[in-house]
Amino acid sequence: MSGATSTVAAPAAPAEPAPIQTGLNGANSRLARVLRAGKFAVCVEISPPVGPNPEAIQREMNTLRGYAEAYNVTDNQSAMVHVSSLAVSIMLMQAGMEPVVQFTCRDRNRLGLQGDLLSASVFGIPNVLALSGDHPIWGDHPQCKAVYDIDSTNLIRVIRMMRDNQVFENGKQIPRRAPDFFIGAVENPFAPPFDYRPIRLAKKVVAGAQFIQTQLVYNVPRFREFMKRVVDMGLHEQVYILAGVGPIRSVRVAEYMANQVAGMDVPESIIKRMQGLSKEDQAKAGIDICCEVADEVRQIEGVKGLHIMAVAWPAAVPEVAKNLGLYPRPELEDDPVAEAQPAG
Amino acid sequence: MPIRDYWQDRPAGLVWTWEATAALLRWMRPVFEKLGMERSSKIVKPPEELVKGVLFNCQNCAQCLLHYNGMTCPMNCPKQLRNGPCGGVRLNGKCEVKPEMDCVWVLGIKRVQKTPYAKEMYRLNPPVDWRLEGQASWVTYALERDLISTGSETGVRYATEAIRGGNGSQKEDA
Repeated sequence: MSGATSTVAAPAAPAEPAPIQTGLNGANSRLARVLRAGKFAVCVEISPPVGPNPEAIQREMNTLRGYAEAYNVTDNQSAMVHVSSLAVSIMLMQAGMEPVVQFTCRDRNRLGLQGDLLSASVFGIPNVLALSGDHPIWGDHPQCKAVYDIDSTNLIRVIRMMRDNQVFENGKQIPRRAPDFFIGAVENPFAPPFDYRPIRLAKKVVAGAQFIQTQLVYNVPRFREFMKRVVDMGLHEQVYILAGVGPIRSVRVAEYMANQVAGMDVPESIIKRMQGLSKEDQAKAGIDICCEVADEVRQIEGVKGLHIMAVAWPAAVPEVAKNLGLYPRPELEDDPVAEAQPAG
Repeated sequence: MPIRDYWQDRPAGLVWTWEATAALLRWMRPVFEKLGMERSSKIVKPPEELVKGVLFNCQNCAQCLLHYNGMTCPMNCPKQLRNGPCGGVRLNGKCEVKPEMDCVWVLGIKRVQKTPYAKEMYRLNPPVDWRLEGQASWVTYALERDLISTGSETGVRYATEAIRGGNGSQKEDA
């Protein structure tokens, strides 16, 4: 395949992007419908490439197709320049895979954010995830201006008001119709102040968050304690919580995550377990650890799904999902945005 | 700064000073109204900048959250977050961007619980109105131009709305 257009076209019969229906509260979202049906949901992260390479995106889509309700598309991940979340989300829509478009507050002010939200709505993208975003100082353009015009809580609030009240952040009406989104937010159960994290989650719920995806869980006892507080507050009945899990490819990656990635809690025992193994065995241990953690967290009260983040290692996702018995994904009756299942 | 930290860790005195100042500012409201926000700010800003600069490293956003955050200025956060700490806070409570600095939200949430404003850590703070940046927050406070609503929402909302046993009713479905 040579041109961008031919690669963007789905290999299997693509589903038409569903029309937007105002006031449906994310009704076009398969993710929302799976969660509301009380089924255990799976989201998988897709990282857009750094170069303008549609083949790379298509390859990753082919690897991951069918393993999730919805696919999170990261927004300039780690504060490094990538193909945009919106563009790859549109490619997913055209291929009949449901995206969760991610918007960080780092790169755009409220003008840019709302414009991109409208654009996402034009393409029928049903899910959105609002984040603050990693600070540029950790990225490949540390010299750039960090925007942070509004914070993630206010971005959630803005999206909810765009949908439910059909107004922009300035209070003015959105002409003709409101965008419809199933609204997501994130929380890091491991970062201090630990006692405040459930309260911050409650803030996001009041702001309008309907599902929460957590930071990668490796410290299960800490996560269990966090979830206990969330359940005690009754938050698990108002917001669907998807626990973040992910396989670590090598001991080097584990050490990097433990020491260099802010807000990550990787216990020493995990690093020890991977040390001294051959390269293949390290990867195998990484998948085993991920599955063990996932098996534990999915039994914790209030956890309604998993968010699988295999950073720079999409090939591991099918194995993780199959090991956990999460493949194939459940079928929904009367599915308006039927996902094209993989052919073979 | 150790002296600054000493007072902020014992915020009762600072809070008392703020409340006295606030009462005075509210009493002066007619004067500010007559002069207008910009002219009032020109007069009030220099002393405010001096006091709050020394005590709190004030960033002049003019929509002051100090007493809602344990007399700790959240605009010192490199992401200028207004609704609590980001997910990047280091496990030792330091800022992810400036490893030598304590996270202003970690400090603020600890300190606010020693003040009568503890419930304000549940408050949903609206975004900054950047047109006000550089005005005197003492004036915007007196004129009630600070901490305005966002979008179609007027009035203050609290996270307790979502919490079982909080003040509000819970939502039905997520």
